[in-house]
Amino acid sequence: MTKREITLKNTIGFIDGVKDGVPIALGYLSVSFTFGITAVNMGIPPITAILISLTNVTSAGQVAGIGIIATHGGFAEMALAQLIINMRYALMSLSLSQKLDEKYTLFHRIVTSFCVTDEVFAVASGKSGDIPARYMYGLITLPYLFWSGGTAVGAFLGSILPDMIKSALGIAIYGMFIAIFLPPSKKSQGVMCVVIMAAALSWFIYYLPALDFISSGISIIICTVIAAALGALIFPRKEAAENE
Amino acid sequence: MSEALYLFISVAVMALVTYLIRMLPLSLFRKKIKSRFVLDFLYYVPYAVLAAMTIPAVFYSSNSIISAAAGFLVAAVLAFFERGLLTVAVCACGGVFLTELAMRLLGG
Repeated sequence: MTKREITLKNTIGFIDGVKDGVPIALGYLSVSFTFGITAVNMGIPPITAILISLTNVTSAGQVAGIGIIATHGGFAEMALAQLIINMRYALMSLSLSQKLDEKYTLFHRIVTSFCVTDEVFAVASGKSGDIPARYMYGLITLPYLFWSGGTAVGAFLGSILPDMIKSALGIAIYGMFIAIFLPPSKKSQGVMCVVIMAAALSWFIYYLPALDFISSGISIIICTVIAAALGALIFPRKEAAENE
Repeated sequence: MSEALYLFISVAVMALVTYLIRMLPLSLFRKKIKSRFVLDFLYYVPYAVLAAMTIPAVFYSSNSIISAAAGFLVAAVLAFFERGLLTVAVCACGGVFLTELAMRLLGG
């Protein structure tokens, strides 16, 4: 960093990123911990669970992924499920690409993009002005370490925890999901209807004996595409679309 | 195929697809999406994914469907009143734990 850059008032650096990453990292710790426990409960080896967290860094996609692995689903099913579930990141990356400063080179884009999570995106896009690469590296450092570390602790400690504690922790990740989709449902009729449609479809696919051939990964794909497409058709958003 | 190979390829597929989704738009694609339908569809995707993953799986996330339902209820009420992610998750765990404790005590 040159002297001139340091003296600029609006320059945000690596340390600013690290600071902004602390609350994200703390939130990830508990979720990744229960992800580790859930994975091992499903019969996934601890090392595999840790490898998944190190290489994926996404809660919903990973939970769906271990569900598919646990039922020995195919690779095409896995690829398609990840594509649908994680498609929102394409939109976030696209949006973020407009906010990176001119020195944010292709190399830095290729490296930092693996850690564009919902929370990282939310914090980064909330920053005023363009974002330098060093801020992004700072922002993703702690969340990435805590995500992987929490998974490791959950995966290894999970087996020595008492059964009742393990049972209670199994719901944590779903609690987090509920906390994400319920509050916006109160404010937006569209979100509420999408949530209800997706949940109802998922319920029917799970319980109708005639639909037993549909695996968990495929079910998520079907529910998501139908509910989100109907939502977009019936409840098009008016102004928000221009901001994204 | 051996179990280890199956696990390795599965994780590789997961990681590669997830990475490309994030990397390609950030690195290569500079145009803005114009289609309203696509933008709205992408906007609704996370909510649909999370709802489909939660229902009905949440009811099988603990040792008993009753304790899981209690935990779900706790999470739903707290989320409705817009508590933070951590609070909702921890209290849902507490709901499951207390319900199972009560069931154990009552069931003798």
